[in-house]
Amino acid sequence: MVEAVVRYTQIARLWVRASRAYPVSWAMLIVGGFLITGIDFVGIWILFQNVEHLGGFDLHEVAFLYGGTGVAFAVADLFAGRIERLGQMIRLGRLDQMLVRPVPLLVQVCADEFALRRVSRIAQAALVLGWACTHIEWTRSKVVLTVLMLVAATIIFVAVFVGLACIQFWTIDSAEVANAFTYGGNTITSYPLSIFPSELIKAMTFAVPLAFVNWYPSLHILGHPDPLGYPDWTQWLSPVIAVVVTAGALRVWQLGVRSYRSTGS
Amino acid sequence: MSLHVAVATRSFRRYSTYTAATLAGIFTNCVFGVINALVLIAVWKQNPDAGGYDVHDAVTYVWLGQAMIMVVAIWGGGSPTDLATRIKTGDVALDFYRPVGILGWYLAADLGRAVFHLISRGLVPTVVGALLFDLRYPAGPAVWLAFAVSVVLAVLVSFAIRFLVAMTAFWVLDDQGTQVLASTAAMFFSGLTVPLVLFPGWFGRLALALPWASYIQAPADLWLGKHAGWDAVGTLGLQLLWAAVLLGACAALLKVAERKVVVQGG
Repeated sequence: MVEAVVRYTQIARLWVRASRAYPVSWAMLIVGGFLITGIDFVGIWILFQNVEHLGGFDLHEVAFLYGGTGVAFAVADLFAGRIERLGQMIRLGRLDQMLVRPVPLLVQVCADEFALRRVSRIAQAALVLGWACTHIEWTRSKVVLTVLMLVAATIIFVAVFVGLACIQFWTIDSAEVANAFTYGGNTITSYPLSIFPSELIKAMTFAVPLAFVNWYPSLHILGHPDPLGYPDWTQWLSPVIAVVVTAGALRVWQLGVRSYRSTGS
Repeated sequence: MSLHVAVATRSFRRYSTYTAATLAGIFTNCVFGVINALVLIAVWKQNPDAGGYDVHDAVTYVWLGQAMIMVVAIWGGGSPTDLATRIKTGDVALDFYRPVGILGWYLAADLGRAVFHLISRGLVPTVVGALLFDLRYPAGPAVWLAFAVSVVLAVLVSFAIRFLVAMTAFWVLDDQGTQVLASTAAMFFSGLTVPLVLFPGWFGRLALALPWASYIQAPADLWLGKHAGWDAVGTLGLQLLWAAVLLGACAALLKVAERKVVVQGG
């Protein structure tokens, strides 16, 4: 584990230096990263110019949901998002090169083209989350749960990135399927799940457990009753779910690597 | 002319090669279509005539938006990306030598791509949306015709903007930064994030006048029958105006760039 972190940092540092070669473009990418996620929240703000509540949640509360999932997703994307290029690495034969290097393969794939500029996305989401937090009446349990939620959500998103990217071991061109769950998951958890049909909430609880990214913990933090009437302890379950999906994702990754056949290019 | 048709046909075939990628993309469009439709249904449940739309208009708008994403390449891409690559590698010098205009060549290639994306990434999600939700359809052949013209103009406007962005590579060498800024503007001001009709006050009127309104809002409003008679002509006229101005800008900037290109000997 320590070795993985050291290696990751080394590779990441290389890519950061490389990206500085074009300073104008680098600056624009940082601004762009801030804006491209920022407009999503401006979009939500515009929706709230037309309604006062969305699924029983006001703008501050939706901002908490948006900021929570946004920070977690942006951190996960910073450290593991590049794995969505797995198919491209396979096609170009770069995965073959990585396989013969004495560094864990998953570390190399995730650290590939590490882009520090993505911190601007984290900053944007953190700004919204911070603003939302000023409207919450804090208790000790809420603070603890918020921290647990952010850590667990980040781990869940990393696991979803890794697990779904593995599809590309078998069908090389299918990178976009994963987008539906990663970016789609980030989008859907930006809204109160109470606006969606209950079947969808159940699917996001039992099938693809994205509801644990922010929805269940936020119900406790924001003081809303669970629309599906699940017991209160489900609101503290996110860390457990994070451990389970991580184990699952690593298992799928091992299966994928084992069945990997080079494309020969 | 026959040359440009040939370029367009080959571009169509090039994009149609990747079946798995196309299917994966359609799946993702459908997932986002469902999410956004459900969000807007929640909005219109509380405010049944927000922005002059009813809930069926809003849901139809979402699916038309998903259909147009790849047709107008909101996130960038298409033949201008090839141009940007050739500028960075220096291969663009060869393009300037050819006895065919660069702009026409790349436009033909992009139109071929757009036709493929209209059939695959445009039509299929719309059918899926129609099966899942209660959509609204154009009322009569005149509306269909106006919509079709509007889609063509949308592609022209988007091509011109993407071409201008790609040409920044002549000056900043790495065009990734301008690409990101351009696609952010496109996502927001096309009405993909939120329909432009929901934008408040003068900001909404400004957004409707900008070229990006051609991407989704203009074709969608024609489809929904929000513009009738001269109003529809005006909408198409504004799209045509932007297409002409921006393509003119492409041609002018290309001339400037031609003088700037330095071919390294050896």
